[in-house]
Amino acid sequence: MSAPAPMERQSGTDGDPVLAPTNVLVVGVGGQGVIMVSKMLAELCLQHDIQVKQSEVHGMAKRGGAVFSHVRFGSEIHSPTIPVGQADILLALEWAEGLRWLHYLNPESGTLFVDTQQIIPPFSCRNRKRGASFDYVYKTVEQVKEHIPNAFALDATRLATELGNLRTANTILLGMLSTALEFQPQEWQSIIARTVPPKTVEVNREAFELGRNWVQSESSEHHVQLLAPAPVQDHVEVKVELEITEDWCKGCDICVKMCPERILVLNRNEIVEITDPAACTGCRLCEWLCPDMAISVHVTPVEAET
Amino acid sequence: MTKATAAQHQDDSIAPTANAKLRPLMGNEAIARGVWEAGAKVGSAYPGTPSTEILESLGEFPAEDVDAQWATNEKVSIDVAIGASFAGVRAMCAMKHVGLNVASDSLMSQTYIGVNAGLVLVVCDDPGMHSSQNEQDTRVFGQFAMVPVLEPSDAQEAKDFTKRAFELSEQFDTPVIVRSTTRLSHCRSPVHLGEREEHASIGFKDIPSKNVTLPAHARVRHPLVLERELKIQEYLNTSDLIRWERGSTEVGVITLSTCYTYVREVVPGASILKLGVSYPLAQDVVRRFCDSVDRVVVVEELEPVIERELRIMGIAAEGKAFFPRIGEFSPEVLRAGFHKAGIIKDLPKTHSIEIAGVARPPVLCAGCSHIGTFMAMRAINARVMGDIGCYTLGAIEPLKAIDTCVAMGASIGVAVGMAKGGATDRPVVATIGDSTFLHAGIPPLIDAVYNKANITVLLLDNQTVAMTGGQDNPGTGRTLRGEQTHRLDFEQLVRAVGVKWVKSVDSYNLASLYQACREAAQYNGVAVVISNRPCVLDPVKIKGTPFEVRAESCTACQACMNLACPAISWIDELFDGHHKVKIDQATCMGCSMCAQVCPTDSIQLSGAAP
Repeated sequence: MSAPAPMERQSGTDGDPVLAPTNVLVVGVGGQGVIMVSKMLAELCLQHDIQVKQSEVHGMAKRGGAVFSHVRFGSEIHSPTIPVGQADILLALEWAEGLRWLHYLNPESGTLFVDTQQIIPPFSCRNRKRGASFDYVYKTVEQVKEHIPNAFALDATRLATELGNLRTANTILLGMLSTALEFQPQEWQSIIARTVPPKTVEVNREAFELGRNWVQSESSEHHVQLLAPAPVQDHVEVKVELEITEDWCKGCDICVKMCPERILVLNRNEIVEITDPAACTGCRLCEWLCPDMAISVHVTPVEAET
Repeated sequence: MTKATAAQHQDDSIAPTANAKLRPLMGNEAIARGVWEAGAKVGSAYPGTPSTEILESLGEFPAEDVDAQWATNEKVSIDVAIGASFAGVRAMCAMKHVGLNVASDSLMSQTYIGVNAGLVLVVCDDPGMHSSQNEQDTRVFGQFAMVPVLEPSDAQEAKDFTKRAFELSEQFDTPVIVRSTTRLSHCRSPVHLGEREEHASIGFKDIPSKNVTLPAHARVRHPLVLERELKIQEYLNTSDLIRWERGSTEVGVITLSTCYTYVREVVPGASILKLGVSYPLAQDVVRRFCDSVDRVVVVEELEPVIERELRIMGIAAEGKAFFPRIGEFSPEVLRAGFHKAGIIKDLPKTHSIEIAGVARPPVLCAGCSHIGTFMAMRAINARVMGDIGCYTLGAIEPLKAIDTCVAMGASIGVAVGMAKGGATDRPVVATIGDSTFLHAGIPPLIDAVYNKANITVLLLDNQTVAMTGGQDNPGTGRTLRGEQTHRLDFEQLVRAVGVKWVKSVDSYNLASLYQACREAAQYNGVAVVISNRPCVLDPVKIKGTPFEVRAESCTACQACMNLACPAISWIDELFDGHHKVKIDQATCMGCSMCAQVCPTDSIQLSGAAP
């Protein structure tokens, strides 16, 4: 692994540096600070009188959705968004979000900086079938590096926790990002110091150094521990059947209220009935809770039948 | 989600640097700056993404310069601005595109009246519907109302055009629309700051034939509106608002708004006519431009407004044949379009890496009071008419408790119709948030009582406008600038319109919430349940002792997963083939709803004795 080449500046005719557009895509999950990170970068550009545009979409950000911010800077910037395939740098605050936007990277020269922390949304845990797996991406860092040679994956969130301040994870990433851009480390440090709460300036300074040094040390150690629960192995296909003994049901409604799949109802005779047998997961709550033992749940392996 | 909201609250607080005259501003902030620099005295708006930050930013300027206030809805906001213009001071109202539907009644009259001091509407469209229920094109409204529509392409122009809008408004005696889009409103780029021009009040002009829209007066005014259109067209033919950038004569591109920036990026060699004003069309200069090139391509997001105008002028313009009429534009969309048109040859290479993304739709927050109310809707098997707000998220799995959602404030009226229409096999319930209720929910509630409808209204009072980021409203008792004001009492209001059955409940107490909803559904007439837990994010982030899962007794029944709480997810450990669950300690705010639905008492306060 080698540190990415800093962006190139060419001298213009009047002595001012002419800057080819640099495209940085910052991505993450709502609430992580994607917009804060990109604002700091934009502010830095402004200090150098470099034209900069930063584009994001708000609204859903607070509610845990995917968040992205395009930062483009150079001598002349038109579109506020980065065209697909033209991002020089993808800075990802979460593992799956990094993977989501990989196609934005320049296929020849794009660099990925990614925090390998995994934020698993409730949507990933929705499948009620037996043996269901998490709906999350199971790519490893090595698999990603096959496609993106310039990939720098670090468990920044864990390292930040070890530093004693979880919120410095983004600063570690800024330290990593700083190796690919020409701004001086002290410029980054000063903007970070002006942005973070005063009490945390010192720990953020450390965090920035940590990220920067890690990339520059050409370390091959990722500090990565992919925590996403592994797909369930060796589960057996089963058939689930509910047996209701109507004579014993007195219509107390307990199973109807408690069924997690909400597929039990009382029929016209105040007797429990299943509305969608295919949706029954066989969790047995109704069987256990029924005071009259009117419900039995039969779970049989599919193979056993054949 | 551990680093959550604290970082977010810092978002707006980067200290300014030495170069104070050049500041990075979001499009919306630039518009607010333009309003302030133009010397406007009154600004009014109802929050709505992507327009919300305009009034919030205006509220950061000194109170003695400009009155910035939240209106109860967009109709009120335009009326307030109209009133201020009548009074003799420059005034602005801001809204999202669908807000203009609400405000349009006044706009359609005001266009005949014209203005006294400058009157500017800022309307933010949402192509691609990042956060809206439709993607209507405000330019069509501009044509309809015969009101000029200005189209800035970046933050600098957003500020400059806003100032120009006030000038045009006064020069041509017309309200003026400044049209933004999500991409402009939420894009940050450097803006040269200017000073504020002070405009003393010109006073009210007592001209009844202009100011009072009687039919007799309006008949005189209408021809003047048509004349005005011609005058503005003539003005635009020589105005710098229309910019001709000479390039290759093979292709001429007519474009506007942020589309211009994409055009510059994708076909840098083409001749470009950049329209700073989309209505009325500067016909002379457009015709000269079209005559100067071999082929005319129109690049405009959403409706083919300009393309149609060109066709009417007999110009063989192309546009929607290559560029979609739906969704948001981007350099990629334009590249594909110009490729299809044969204007660019090769598409750039991109990564071929195939990774199925993680579905990450927005969800209700951990501890959101709406979770309980939609669980209650499921419990009573209600037919639910939803409304616009965070709680619209109650429509998606696994809460999946909303059957219809139409527009701001529509829920109660739709519920009345549903009940009258005979769909009464299940209880008919309207769910509506506090601010949406004040926006457009009161007249339909009066209607429901008046017409003796048998419906239940669930008023979700989370004491803020949560969806747009926690703005104040009459129910919070604070103004936009944070001053104390009268705090509206919802229960009193509901009783005053004649509702006899009203009950306030704690949305975290599921048993009493279910019971209240059940009783309300059984009541024959209009029943109102007010659920009253505050939003967990705004105005302050609420964090209590979190709950934890005792994995040894968890039977993986997934009952807690029905809450769709972002703090609850699976662990590797299985029980009878299903994943047991865990609660993220940093995200959980201790609402206790999951503990209430857990049938095995496996969810307990963290640190409590086993």
